[in-house]
Amino acid sequence: MTSLSLDIAHSLPEIVLAIGALSLLMLGAFGAGKRDWIITEAAIVVLGIAFLSMFYPIADKALVWDQAFIDDNFARFMKTLVLLGSMTTLILSREYMARHDIDLFEFPVLVLLATLGMCMLVSAQSLIALYLGLELMSLALYVIAAFHRDDVRASEAGLKYFVLGALSSGMLLYGSSLIYGYAGTVSFTGIAAALQGDVSIGVIFGLVFVLAGLAFKMSIVPFHMWTPDVYEGAPTPVTTFFATAAKVAAVAITVRIIITAFPGVKPQWQQIIVFVSILSMALGAFGAIGQTNIKRLMAYSSIGHMGFALVGLSTGTEQGVAGVMIYMAIYVLMSLGAFAAILSMRIGDRYVENIGDLAGLARTNGFMAFVIAMMMFSLAGIPPLAGFFAKWYVFLAAINGGLYGLAVIGMLASTVAAFYYLRVVKIMYFDEPARPFDRVNWEVTAVMAVMGLIVVLFAIFPGPFVAASAQAAAKSLF
Amino acid sequence: MFGFGILTGLVVLPLVGAAFILLQPGKDEASVRNVRWAALFTTLITFALSLFAWGQFDIGNPGFQLVEQKAWMGSGLSYKLGVDGISMPFVLLTTFLMPFCIAASWDSITTRVKEYMIAFLVLETMMIGVFCALDMVLFYVFFEGGLIPMFLIIGIWGGKRRIYASFKFFLYTLVGSLLMLLAMMAMWGVTGTTDIVQLLNTSFPSSMQKWLWLAFFASFAVKMPMWPVHTWLPDAHVEAPTAGSVILAGVLLKMGGYGFLRFSLPMFPEASQYFAPLVMTLSVIAIVYTSLVALVQEDMKKLIAYSSVAHMGFVTMGLFSMNTQGVQGAVFQMVSHGLVSGALFLCVGVVYDRLHTREISAYGGIVKTMPLYAVAFMVFTMANVGLPGTSGFVGEFLTLIGAFVYNPWVALVATTGVILSAAYALFLYRRVVFGPLEKPALAGLKDLTPREIALLAPLAALVIWYGVQPGAILNACAASVQLLIKNYEAALAVTKTAALALY
Repeated sequence: MTSLSLDIAHSLPEIVLAIGALSLLMLGAFGAGKRDWIITEAAIVVLGIAFLSMFYPIADKALVWDQAFIDDNFARFMKTLVLLGSMTTLILSREYMARHDIDLFEFPVLVLLATLGMCMLVSAQSLIALYLGLELMSLALYVIAAFHRDDVRASEAGLKYFVLGALSSGMLLYGSSLIYGYAGTVSFTGIAAALQGDVSIGVIFGLVFVLAGLAFKMSIVPFHMWTPDVYEGAPTPVTTFFATAAKVAAVAITVRIIITAFPGVKPQWQQIIVFVSILSMALGAFGAIGQTNIKRLMAYSSIGHMGFALVGLSTGTEQGVAGVMIYMAIYVLMSLGAFAAILSMRIGDRYVENIGDLAGLARTNGFMAFVIAMMMFSLAGIPPLAGFFAKWYVFLAAINGGLYGLAVIGMLASTVAAFYYLRVVKIMYFDEPARPFDRVNWEVTAVMAVMGLIVVLFAIFPGPFVAASAQAAAKSLF
Repeated sequence: MFGFGILTGLVVLPLVGAAFILLQPGKDEASVRNVRWAALFTTLITFALSLFAWGQFDIGNPGFQLVEQKAWMGSGLSYKLGVDGISMPFVLLTTFLMPFCIAASWDSITTRVKEYMIAFLVLETMMIGVFCALDMVLFYVFFEGGLIPMFLIIGIWGGKRRIYASFKFFLYTLVGSLLMLLAMMAMWGVTGTTDIVQLLNTSFPSSMQKWLWLAFFASFAVKMPMWPVHTWLPDAHVEAPTAGSVILAGVLLKMGGYGFLRFSLPMFPEASQYFAPLVMTLSVIAIVYTSLVALVQEDMKKLIAYSSVAHMGFVTMGLFSMNTQGVQGAVFQMVSHGLVSGALFLCVGVVYDRLHTREISAYGGIVKTMPLYAVAFMVFTMANVGLPGTSGFVGEFLTLIGAFVYNPWVALVATTGVILSAAYALFLYRRVVFGPLEKPALAGLKDLTPREIALLAPLAALVIWYGVQPGAILNACAASVQLLIKNYEAALAVTKTAALALY
């Protein structure tokens, strides 16, 4: 194979997404009607093709496009999650967008572009590729956060996300330039080679800025402030997208840059990761207790969960990376199920978001109540549900890495967090029924059913498969 | 079948029943009746299967039997089930008590019957799984998984303060268990296996043993419950529906004691010996203090709940005396307490269903209207007191002997608990059953219905049978307990010689 065709073969998903996004844009702009319903479906198909294109038979690991882009099993695992998140977002978005009169063709196109950015981010192997992917993702996300432009809260969310996101990009860029200045290269492997032995303070400085920039995207404390407002204000399908695909991409690149570029300064980054992980777990646990809006609750919950995921990363071991991957996989499944349920909360043709609206759901819609309850128990980490295995693998890595204090604090935080998850269950099962919800359409029901089944039966299937493939894929980073 | 054995059948059967019930509409009266019968049949078949397992069980063999193993989760974990003489009695206790729970809820649960029965059947799966699991993580999955159905049972079908009680129950148990989970991770880190059989043959470094022991203790002490972390129990008992209390007292509390026997004592012998004085102290405090607390209770269920804490004090005392009498007595006491306290809660349920109050002062003189009930209640009260001839006596007597061998002073103080238990139990009995029949509400009380007789008679018969024939349980666990104690002493001897060799 020639060098160019090899480059193309290893970046097929990205190419499919780029071509798909641009042609759908053309189709939307010059097509028949402005609200062409086919665009969303076509975008889902494009995502599906992008997923299938990862099975094109090529080498397991390859550095392509002038060493800037890497295709390995870690990237494929994370891209699968990203694509799953994007696809489900689009499936869930159809009804919501139509009901709010914002079912414009730009939405699926922007989701495709953001997904393209995420896939590039996951595969980035140099600081420049990282920045390109990050910006492509972020710019599309800024727009869709404010996609409901007549809605004050959505505009506020979009603006807030843009201003803070731009700041974080600036920090990341500043950190990158410092690292480049001291290491003399932008390639991750090159940086790792340059950072042997005594390391200058300038590189550490750059590392801190890069981590701060990425922490914004992951919504890690102390860079989490935008999360509750944006989660609440953005249209719910967009929130779903933020909580799943965007989180996966940000965590993936954080893992990759730390493991491949900075193994030489492990003590330095380890203390940062341990510190922000503890803060996130604690803030996520305590911040959610007082929430009455379920989207805000999910925002704090996601802050806490990112803290848990970082517990795995903080070890810097192969086991820890596998733990993060399993954690993210399970987290995506749980979030998709939870947001599908939130998108079913509709009374009298209006979407509602208060936790109190769930009162007595067990008696008015037993299926939906059961799915939400299982998602909540799973988010709390109660076995035999999926969430337990997520926690098991990251904390196992932490214990084996000797981070006992972190593990104990994490466990205590998850007990506190259990309280507010239980509160949701309590409202649905123990309280008297309030007004029943409207009929849920079949797509949302199907997503809830699939995610509910996976979460409940995780120990039997697909748990063993996910664990085995994550453990195999984690090897590619070491 | 399909490469799985009897124990998998025991674990899966209740789930099959639950799945069947899930498919019922559960709206009209006829389908609710189907749900009830389906649940009862499921538990009865499960009990029959457990008897079959008992038939296959060889009591002379101290090791694990009926073992089955499958790889699980790809990374060292395994789906491994098996029973030995220590766990077999608990499996039987669980499957035996479950039909009583279903039958006890026959008339008293009228709302959301379908969900109720599903919750109970899922709970049964979890409880059987705890006693059968031979993989640490599998054990944890079952141990914690039981929280979800129990949380719902207390919270949905409970009394006035059910929400407070269910949250307290859940969060208390969760904190302890999560620490145990960390200890399990550390054990895997050291040994590279989660197989309980292999871990039983591993000796952990002494400094590590103490930490691991404490982490496991955090979980089992809460579950047991031991003083001072027992406060969730009275709340949970009072608010839970009758069947919930039965299963809570009958089986869930035994998980703590079983955990000590399966993990703490055999895996961390040095730490167990090191911390034994602490456990003894807590046990003795539990016996005396909670008995005193029970004396002043005005609520029947609360009184029995506190008496449970006291009786569990005897269990921990027996376990940590680490001699044959003590440990066998503790196993016996747990099984006996499972029957007796379960029956006592059923007795409370009988009058609660009629008057809808558990206040002791609301009763008095019901022997005149409910003579059969008075007899049944008398049998179980006496068994709770530990009257010779009932199963309660055997357990208390053996654990006290065990404690006496360990340290006579412990036994001396603990024995006062026996006197106090007679005081509160008889006091309760006198206030409820005897005295003048003055209250108008009590005049027209109906005596036991045939269903209630069918519930209480087998329990009464067993309580008396085990009182005069304790060998049935003691022989079952004898071989495994002997092995446990032998290994324990061998492990301690090794460290002793190692310590001497240093000098």
